[in-house]
Amino acid sequence: MSDTKKFYWKGIEELTNDIEVVKYADKEFPEHLPIKDSFGDNSEEVKSNRRDFLKLMGFSVAAVSLAACDTPVKHAIPYIVKPEEITPGIPNYYASTYAEGGDYCAILVKTREGRPIFIEGNNYSNVTFGGTSARVNASIMSLYDIERAKNPTINGKDTDWATVDKEISAKLASITQSGGQIRIVSNTILSPSTKKVIADFIAKYPTTVHVTYDPISSSALLQANKAKFGKAVVPSYKFDKANIIASFGADFLGTWISPIEYARQFAQNRKVNKDKKQMSRLYSFESIMSLTGANADYRTPIKPSQEGLVLAKLYNLIAAKAGKSTISTADVKIPYLEKCANDLWENREKALVVSGSNDVKLQTLANEINEMLGSYGTTIDINTPSFQRQGDDAAMSTFVKDVEAGNVKGVIFYNCNPVYDHPQGASLAKNLSKVELRISTADRAKGETSSLCTYNCPDSHFLESWNDAEPKKGYFSLGQPTIMTIFNTRQVQQSLLTWAGITTDYLTYIRNFWKENLFKLQSKESEFELFWKRSLHNGVFEPTVGEGYTSLNEASATAPASIDLGAIASEIGSEYKATNSGVELVIYPKVLIGSGAEANNPYIQDSPDPISKMTWGNYVSVPLSMAKQMGFVNKENKATTATVKVGNQEFNLPVFIQPGQAPDTIAIALGYGRVNTDKISVGKVANEAGGVNMYPFAARGSEVKYAQFTGVSIADSGDWERLATTQTHSTFMGRETIIQEASLAQYQKDEKAGRFFPHISGSIKGKRKPTDVTIWDVSSDGYSAENETRTEYEKTLWNARRGIKADIHKYPNHHWGMSIDLNSCIGCGACITACHLENNVTVVGKKEIINRREMHWIRIDRYYTSEGDGLEERDFDKLAQVVENPKVVFQPMMCQHCNNAPCETVCPVAATTHSTEGLNQMTYNRCIGTKYCANNCPYKVRRFNWFKYYNNNEFDYHQNNDLGKMVLNPDVTVRSRGVMEKCSLCVQRIQAGKLKAKSEGRRPKDGEITTACASACPTEAIVFGDLNDTSTKISVLLDYEVEKGRAYNVLDEINTRPNVWYLTKIRNIDDEQKKA
Amino acid sequence: MSKSITTRILSFLFAFLLVSMFAFAQDDGTTQGNGTTDNTTQTGGAAGGLSDNADVIAKGEELFNGNCKQCHAVNAKVVGPALAKVYERRNIPWLINFIKYPQKTIESGDAYAVALYKQYNQFMPNHDFLKDDEIVAILSWVKKETDNPTVAKTPPTGEPGTPQNPTESNSGLLVGIVVALATLLVVVLAVLAMLGSVLTKYLAKEKALSEADRAILEQKVEWGKILTSRGFVGIVSFVFVALVLKVATEALVTIGVQQGYAPDQPIPFSHKLHAGQYEIDCKYCHHTVEKSKHASIPGPYVCMNCHNAIKTTSPNMDLIYKAVENDEPIQWVRVHNLPDLAYFNHAQHVKVAGLDCTNCHGNIKEMEVVQQVSLLTMGWCIDCHRKTEVNAKGNGYYDNLLEMHSKYSKQPMKVENIGGLECSKCHY
Repeated sequence: MSDTKKFYWKGIEELTNDIEVVKYADKEFPEHLPIKDSFGDNSEEVKSNRRDFLKLMGFSVAAVSLAACDTPVKHAIPYIVKPEEITPGIPNYYASTYAEGGDYCAILVKTREGRPIFIEGNNYSNVTFGGTSARVNASIMSLYDIERAKNPTINGKDTDWATVDKEISAKLASITQSGGQIRIVSNTILSPSTKKVIADFIAKYPTTVHVTYDPISSSALLQANKAKFGKAVVPSYKFDKANIIASFGADFLGTWISPIEYARQFAQNRKVNKDKKQMSRLYSFESIMSLTGANADYRTPIKPSQEGLVLAKLYNLIAAKAGKSTISTADVKIPYLEKCANDLWENREKALVVSGSNDVKLQTLANEINEMLGSYGTTIDINTPSFQRQGDDAAMSTFVKDVEAGNVKGVIFYNCNPVYDHPQGASLAKNLSKVELRISTADRAKGETSSLCTYNCPDSHFLESWNDAEPKKGYFSLGQPTIMTIFNTRQVQQSLLTWAGITTDYLTYIRNFWKENLFKLQSKESEFELFWKRSLHNGVFEPTVGEGYTSLNEASATAPASIDLGAIASEIGSEYKATNSGVELVIYPKVLIGSGAEANNPYIQDSPDPISKMTWGNYVSVPLSMAKQMGFVNKENKATTATVKVGNQEFNLPVFIQPGQAPDTIAIALGYGRVNTDKISVGKVANEAGGVNMYPFAARGSEVKYAQFTGVSIADSGDWERLATTQTHSTFMGRETIIQEASLAQYQKDEKAGRFFPHISGSIKGKRKPTDVTIWDVSSDGYSAENETRTEYEKTLWNARRGIKADIHKYPNHHWGMSIDLNSCIGCGACITACHLENNVTVVGKKEIINRREMHWIRIDRYYTSEGDGLEERDFDKLAQVVENPKVVFQPMMCQHCNNAPCETVCPVAATTHSTEGLNQMTYNRCIGTKYCANNCPYKVRRFNWFKYYNNNEFDYHQNNDLGKMVLNPDVTVRSRGVMEKCSLCVQRIQAGKLKAKSEGRRPKDGEITTACASACPTEAIVFGDLNDTSTKISVLLDYEVEKGRAYNVLDEINTRPNVWYLTKIRNIDDEQKKA
Repeated sequence: MSKSITTRILSFLFAFLLVSMFAFAQDDGTTQGNGTTDNTTQTGGAAGGLSDNADVIAKGEELFNGNCKQCHAVNAKVVGPALAKVYERRNIPWLINFIKYPQKTIESGDAYAVALYKQYNQFMPNHDFLKDDEIVAILSWVKKETDNPTVAKTPPTGEPGTPQNPTESNSGLLVGIVVALATLLVVVLAVLAMLGSVLTKYLAKEKALSEADRAILEQKVEWGKILTSRGFVGIVSFVFVALVLKVATEALVTIGVQQGYAPDQPIPFSHKLHAGQYEIDCKYCHHTVEKSKHASIPGPYVCMNCHNAIKTTSPNMDLIYKAVENDEPIQWVRVHNLPDLAYFNHAQHVKVAGLDCTNCHGNIKEMEVVQQVSLLTMGWCIDCHRKTEVNAKGNGYYDNLLEMHSKYSKQPMKVENIGGLECSKCHY
C-alpha cells in the first residue's frame, strides 16, 4: 500500500531481485522449453528432425482421413436390473466418514453411476462443520490407485481369503495354546465398534494386547492429561471461545490433531464485519514457519532447544500475576512473551495456551498455565475428550523391545506401517523375523512393513467399507461404502471377526453395536430401524450424553498423580538451553503429506505446500542467516544440495531458504522417502516424490521427539538440483496493492482502512479514479436511461447496486460473484485439491512444475511482508532483518471473471467470451492455443495444456489407466493438448443448480449453487452466489462492504472490474508496535 | 470489338450461374420443420364423484397414459384388472395407498389385495412418485371413462399436424425466378446474336467501308483463341477451384455427421410396434428423460413389466432371457452420438422446455429401425435456440425474465434471448 511502509514479496529470490527471477518475470515460462516425448508413447528417446516431422505429418493426415471414414460404433448398455436409487446422469450423495489414523472428517461422497467422484464436507457435523482438508479431498484418488494391493498374499504370492483365514486361524490358535504373546499394532482407531471387535478378538486369543501408536505422536499431551485428570485423552479445545491464543509449536491450523475442526473454530472468532469489530489474537512461538505461525498476529521464532524455557518463563509470568509460586529455570529473552502473558492474564477464562511438543514436561506446564488462566471449562473442555490421538509411545517402545527379545509370537499390523513411520522402525525391521506369525493389512503388498510380513490381508479403502467413528466423546459418525470393493480386499474388522471365529458380518456387527450402545442415548426415534436410517442418512449422530456414558475409546480413568513442578523445572533446565551454539534439527509433518501414508496420491504431491510452495519431495529448510553463512544458493534453477548429518547418519537434500525460520535451525518434513527398492514398492508417485524418510531421526533415546538439539551438522555437498516450487511462478511484478490490509484498531476507526483507492491526477476533470477513465461505455451501465420507469426486479437488479455494476454487460438473469475473506483464509489448500477433482484438472508432475507448467486453476499466493523504517527502500543490507520474521498473507487467486476482461478482447477465435451471467467462458473446442489470452491476463490464472496429460505414459498419475479415470467428473470435459483452460466458477454446478430450480419452477435458493472451492473451505472464507438476488449472502455482504467496508478488487486500477472480490486482511496488532 | 463483347457476355453468364449455384446451396440445409402435435382430446366434464373438473380429468388422462396404460384399461383386462368402477369397489385412501405401495399392501395382509395378487399372480410396481392429487386425477378420469366412455378415436391418418414446410415452397419460388431469369437471358442472347448477324450481313453489303472497318467486319470469331485466352482460362480455373473447395468444405463439414444413421440392434426392437401401434408413451421406457441428462435405454427389467404377461415367448424374447440369465447386459448400439465436448441434457429440453421427443428424434412411431433424423450439429442446435420460444409460462424461474423481456421487446422470449447461444451453456 502506498500509505504504509509495507512491501510484499513471494520468496527470497524476488526480494533480492535474483537475476533469474528478473529475467523470467515477464515471461510465462523460463527460456528453455524442453519438448519431451510429446506423443507420449515413450517408444524411444527420439530426437525429432525434419524427416520425422514429415513422416508424422504424413501419418497424421492418413490417420485423420481414415478415422473420418469410419463411424465408430458406440454402445448404450443399460442395467440388467437397475439399482433403485441410481438414475444415470444424476449424482447420489452418501454421508460417510473419513477416519484415517486419528484424522477425522465427516463427509458427503458424491457418486455418479455407482462410482465416488468427489468428497464434500458434511454440514450436519458439529466436529468438522462441513469443512474438508486437502488430504480428505484427495483421498478419493487413493481408491482408484491401481498399485493398491489386489489380493491377499502369503509370502508375496496371491492367494484367496479362505486359505489365508484357515492358516491364520490355525496359527493363532496354536500360539495361544502354547501361551505365546500376540500383538495387534495400530494407529489411532476412532471406531468404537472396531474397538469391540478387537475386544472380541482378545477374548478368543487372550494373550493378545492392542498397541496403539501414532506416526505423528501426541503421546506427551495424553500423558500430561493422564497425570493431571486421570484420563489419557486430548481435551476438546474451543478456539472460537478464546480471545487470546498462544501456540507453542502447535500447528493447530495445519497439522495438529484436528486441524479442520480447529480452523473452523479459529475462523469464527477472526471474522470481522460491521456488527462485530472484535477478533481473537494469536501468538505463535515456533521454530519453523508453520501454517499457524503464518496466521499469527505476533509470531516469534524460537530455537527448539529454547522451547522448554520459553514455556517455563510464560508459566512464571502468569504465576507471578496469579500469586502462585514460580519455578526456577534459566531466563530466556524473546520478543512478545511478556506481552503475550499480559494479554493472556487480562483475558482470563477467554485465553488458551497450546503446545505441540511431544515432551510431557512441556505439556504439563501448558496444562498448569491453562489452569491458572481458568481455561478449563471455558476454552478447554476436558469432559468431552477428543479421541483423535490415542497413540502411546511407551507402549510402542515396549512392543519394539518385546519383538527384539523374541517375546512376541504373533503380530497383526492393523493399517499401520511402523517400519516406515516409527522412529524405531529399523529395529523392528531387523527383528521382525523373530515373530512367528506376521500379518499385515496394508494397502500395499510391498510396503515397508507388509513386505516383511508373511500374510498381507489388504483392508478395503474407506470408501468401500462400513465403519463408525467417535472422534469426540458423544459425537458419533457412520461410514458407509459408496462402491463395491474394486479389488479382492476385505475390511480388517471382518478379517479379525473371521479369525476370532465370529461369523457375523461387520455391517450387522456395527448395527448391533449401535442398537445396544447408542440407540438408548436418544429418545427421538422409538424404533431402532428408524434411528439407524436417520443416522446413516445424516452421517452423524450427536446426542447429549450424560455422566453415565463411557466411550469404548476412553481408557479407564486412573487417580490423578501429583505434579511436582520443581522436578519438572530442573529437568527442563537440564534439557533445554537458553543459548545453544550448534545446529538444531526440527522434524515436522507437512499440511498436505501428513504422515506420508497417502504418498502415492498424485493430488497431494502436486499441490504446493501452503508455506514453502514446494511440491514433490522434501528438502531441508534453513534460515537466511545460515544460508548466507554457509554459502547456500536457493534459486529457481539452482538450489544447493546439502549434506545433513544427524548423529552418525547422513543424507543429501536440496536446500530451501525459509523466511521466518529460527536461526541455526534446520527443518525437514516427514512423510517422504518412500522410494522403491528391490523389496519395497509403494508406488510410482511416491517414488517420484522421493526425498528422505525422517522418522528414524524423530527419536531421542527411546522417546519420540520431533527435534534434535545436538549432533546435527549441515554442509554444502557441492551438488545442486532444481526445485519444484511454484513460489516464483506468476509474479505480481511489484504491484503491491493486490494485498490490502489493516490493523484491527485502524479497522475499528475506519472500516475502509487499508484499502487502496487509486487516483489519476492531472486529467481534464481533475483528480479521477482510473475506473472512470475507460474505453468501455460505463456511463450508462448499458441498460436504460436513469429516469425510465423500472420493474421491481430491475430496481433490485441495477438501480440500487452501483457498487458492483457490470458495465457494458447485461445480466438480467443471474450475476455470479465470489467474495474471498483474506482474514478467514488460512491458506490450507483444501480448495486446490477440491478444484482439481471437481474440474478434472490434471496433475503434471515434478518436471513440469519445474518448467512452470502447473495446471492449478486456483492457486494460493503466499506473500511475505515486512515493514519498518528504511525497509521500504529495499535496502538489501537490511535483508536479514526483513527475512528474520516476516508476516504472511494468503491470497487465493483464480480467474477473476472480469467484466472488462483483457483475455476476451485478444482471442483471435473468440474462444473466450463473456456470458450473460457474468462468467468468463472458456470454450475448449474452439481454442486453437495461441496463448494470447494468458499473455494478456493480469492475474496470470490461465493454464495451457502442453501435453495430452491423460493416456500419456510420461504422466503416469493414474490418468492413463481405466481405473484411475473413474475419478473423472463426467460433466466436465477432459482437456486435450493445445488448449487453454482456467477457472469456470464451476459452471457445471451452476448449470445443474439452475436446471434443478427450473424443473421445480422456482428461482435457485442461496447456497444451493456453490463452487468446489467454497464448499471445501473449512473456514468459509469463500462465499459464492448470485449478485442479482438481493437476499443472497454474497449480495448482503458486498452491498455493504464494497461501498463502506473491506471489499476490493485486485488490480482495481486497471479497470478490469472483476466479479471476484476480496475482503481486506485485518491483523489484531497494536499500532504502537509499528514504531518499535 | 465483338470479341470483347462476347467475352463480357460469357463471363457475365458464368458469374451469374456461379452466384445462383451458391444461392441454392445455402438454401438446402434449412428445411427442418418444427411441427408440434397436440394430442390432448377435449372431453366434456364428468359428473359427480371424484372430480368433474375438465382440467383434472385431462391431467388424469395424461398421467394414465404415461403410467398405467401399459397394464390397465378401463373396460378390459390387460396385464392387470379392468379399472371400471374401481372407485366403487374400494375407497379412495385405500386406492391411493395401494397404487403407491402395492407390494407393501399385499404383504401387510390386506384381504382384498391378497385376493387380487392371487388372481393376477404378480406385483404391480410401486408408484410412490405419484402425488395423492395426481392419483385422484387418474381416478377421476377413470370415473369419467366408466360413466361416459370416449368414443374410440379413429387412428390418426398419417402424422397429426404434419409439419408444414414453408421453406420448401419458398425455395420453389426461388427456382422459378431463377429459371425465368435464365430463360430471359437466353432470349436476350438469342436476340442479340440475331441482331449481330443481321447487322453484319447488312454491313457486308455496304461497299463504302474503309479497309480498317472491313478488316473488323471480316474478322472471324476465333473460338480456339478464346478457349486459350487468359480470361477464359482464369474463369474456368476459378470455377473449378471454387467447385472443388465447395465439395471439400461440404465433405469436411459432414465428417462426424451421422444423419440417417440406422444401425442394426442386437435385438430388433420395433419402435413402430411399441410406440406406434401400441402407443406406449416414450417416457414409460425412457423413464429418466425428465430427471436426467440421459434418456437412458431401458434394461430388461422394463421389458418384463409387460412381457411377463404379453407375448412371453419369441426368439427375440429369448435374447432378453439370455441376457438376464447370463447377467450380460444387452449392448444396444447408440444411434444419437454427441461429441464429448458438448453437454446435452434431456431434462432441460423435455421437462423444462416441454419439447416433444419428435422434435429431435423424428417420427419414431413410424420407425421399424430407429435412425438419426436430425443433423445433431452445432448449427442445428443454435438454429433451434434462435427460433424456439422459452417455455416460461407458469415456471417461477422465468417470471422476472419474462416481465423484463416483454417490457423491452414485442417479440416472444426466445432461447437466444436468455443466453441460449452462449458457449458455456453447452461446453464446459
